[in-house]
Amino acid sequence: MSDTVIKVEGVSKQYRLGEVGTGTLSHDINRWWYRVRRKEDPYLKVGESNDRTTKGDSEYVWALENVNFEVRKGDVVGIIGRNGAGKSTLLKILSRTTTPTVGNIKIKGRVASLLEVGTGFHPELSGRENIFLNGAILGMTTREIKNKFDEIVDFAGIERYVDTPVKRYSSGMYVRLAFAVAAHLEPDILVLDEVLAVGDAEFQKKCLGKIREVSDNEGRTVLFVSHSMASVRSLCNYGVFMDKGRTEGLESVGNAVEKYLYGSKQLDTLAEYDGSNPTYYANADMTKSVKVNRVQIVDEKGEKSNKFKTTESFTIRIEWSNLSGVACSPNFQLKSSMGINVMIASDSPIDWDGNKKKASGTYISEFKVPGSLLNANDYYLSIALDSHSPRICFESHVDVMRIVIWDPMDETNLARGMFVNIREDVVLWPALECSFKKIS
Amino acid sequence: MNSHKEQEHWDLIIRPRANLFDLGLKDIWRYRDLLRLFVKRDFVAQYKQTVLGPVWNIIQPIFTTIMFLLVFGKIANIPTDGIKPTLFYMAGITIWNYFSTCFTTTSTTFVTNAAIFGKVYFPRMVLPLSVVISNIVRFFIQFGLLLVMMVYYQFNGYPIHIGLEWLLIPFLVLLMGGIGLGAGIIISSLTTKYREFTILVSFGVQLMMYATPIAYPLSYLMGKSYKWVILINPLTPVVEAFRYALFGKGHFEWSSLIYSVLFMIGSLVIGSVIFTKTERSFMDTV
Repeated sequence: MSDTVIKVEGVSKQYRLGEVGTGTLSHDINRWWYRVRRKEDPYLKVGESNDRTTKGDSEYVWALENVNFEVRKGDVVGIIGRNGAGKSTLLKILSRTTTPTVGNIKIKGRVASLLEVGTGFHPELSGRENIFLNGAILGMTTREIKNKFDEIVDFAGIERYVDTPVKRYSSGMYVRLAFAVAAHLEPDILVLDEVLAVGDAEFQKKCLGKIREVSDNEGRTVLFVSHSMASVRSLCNYGVFMDKGRTEGLESVGNAVEKYLYGSKQLDTLAEYDGSNPTYYANADMTKSVKVNRVQIVDEKGEKSNKFKTTESFTIRIEWSNLSGVACSPNFQLKSSMGINVMIASDSPIDWDGNKKKASGTYISEFKVPGSLLNANDYYLSIALDSHSPRICFESHVDVMRIVIWDPMDETNLARGMFVNIREDVVLWPALECSFKKIS
Repeated sequence: MNSHKEQEHWDLIIRPRANLFDLGLKDIWRYRDLLRLFVKRDFVAQYKQTVLGPVWNIIQPIFTTIMFLLVFGKIANIPTDGIKPTLFYMAGITIWNYFSTCFTTTSTTFVTNAAIFGKVYFPRMVLPLSVVISNIVRFFIQFGLLLVMMVYYQFNGYPIHIGLEWLLIPFLVLLMGGIGLGAGIIISSLTTKYREFTILVSFGVQLMMYATPIAYPLSYLMGKSYKWVILINPLTPVVEAFRYALFGKGHFEWSSLIYSVLFMIGSLVIGSVIFTKTERSFMDTV
């Protein structure tokens, strides 16, 4: 595609752990000796994938491993992943503060990166002087900054302080000024790293608006790293999910966010869960009180399934045992693929305090979720067993099952009506009881 | 399908390794505004919240000169080539200061600016260049002081010598800055991995001052067996030529000055090659 502006080709980055000391020198000499003989760097063959939680054998790790993706002009791409997944390393390579160990990145147009707000701000200089300095560091010419100076000061909202040294600024003002400078850069590609985490709500909104404006109206490409799924969701149209230095490349932002939130769990198409993997239980004694035996999701005919049309109802069936005669009620929670808690429910309407299920034994509790209520999405089911008084959570099983609701996109979906698009941003899309009458 | 036919044009390709002699001079030119602002920052920021401001620039050479007068003039009784001792020392100190600040400041380029370098790309060479330029300003302030002193002694029986040799001075200043820059960027590249060099620089500069004829004239060493130590020092001809240009007295040879020029060119070429190689990935080791 000729409108590809960033092409990441097989990029890997190796880091050496531990301290730089005498060992470094011997490795350097060895590496040099291999290069002189035109042989491959011996240390590229070693190295482990970057899992920070386990102790490794090698002192070399791969922070990035064979990363490939392409970004087209005007795309806003969210790069997400857990801490240490390689997001920042990728951005560092993109913004040329370090180089890849293997592979290359091809870029069309000017890149400006904002890995931190206020890079190069000098505390002793005034706001005015820093605007020029910071702008120049980010690649603007003095003339460009002059033209935009008033706009920058206005965006930051710091007119009164523009001739005060920035060391006297509040941290919020500092960030506002810094972001204002960066926001008025005119690069073809803007690289952003979690810079929006600071500033008040009003300013964050302003920043998001600015980024959107830049990509929508001016056709710029934005790469955006964030842990805020809400910002990623609302800003980006594509996502790159990174895990231990690897990625499957560019995908829809919905998929990427879902992988980030739930990806580590192996949730296949099974419609049954055996209660073997509680996320939490009160204490060793309590586990002997109650226990989830089995959770099933069944359709209207009683068949196990985890895929339903938006119009279909389904039932969550929880089989559990009361082992020691405590008052107990099961409840569940559904989360959307974006991590939004959509609903919680328990059997309190028929058994307010759980006393009706006090006798030891095995119970089956069923909850029916009506059709034409939830919008098409993936929903994650969490189960818990609680007692009302004293308030105790005996056991909880978080995100143990996935329920896929899909939209047939035809006239059987009464709720859909005239809407022809998929609306990933909507959680509930119910067919409400409604009425109309002609009044004149 | 036809998109495969056209040869794709890329503005930038980020690769593991760059060409050895791809020094990115074009890039430096594009960032010339940044260079100017760095020079301004260096100068303005240093004297914020001081009462005397740039006056500090002349206090240091005055006191050093007084000290030299005492130690080398009075105590050690070293002759000064028939130049008024105050002027002799002050001239040496002025040109030496320029070299030593250029050298020590550029030699820590990567380490002190790691925070900026880790976050944003611009041609790294802009920083050491800005150091050399902003120090020229300081040099001229100190040089101004020297001129004032020369005028003062003019009325006290030491007439100012003005000749064509004065035209050498700008060239000598560039030469001094060039050697400082070249040596500084070599060291700065090495310090990213091995910090030994920082320690080496801090006392190395002090030692080097004694191996340069600042507090004594080269002629004082005539016939001494250790004279070669001073002669292989590429700064020696520059300092001698500087005093010769100012006062018309002392030791000056074109051949030894050419040695200094070659040294400068060599160190700048080697320095910029190492520097550009280092700047690409020094963040991983610094």
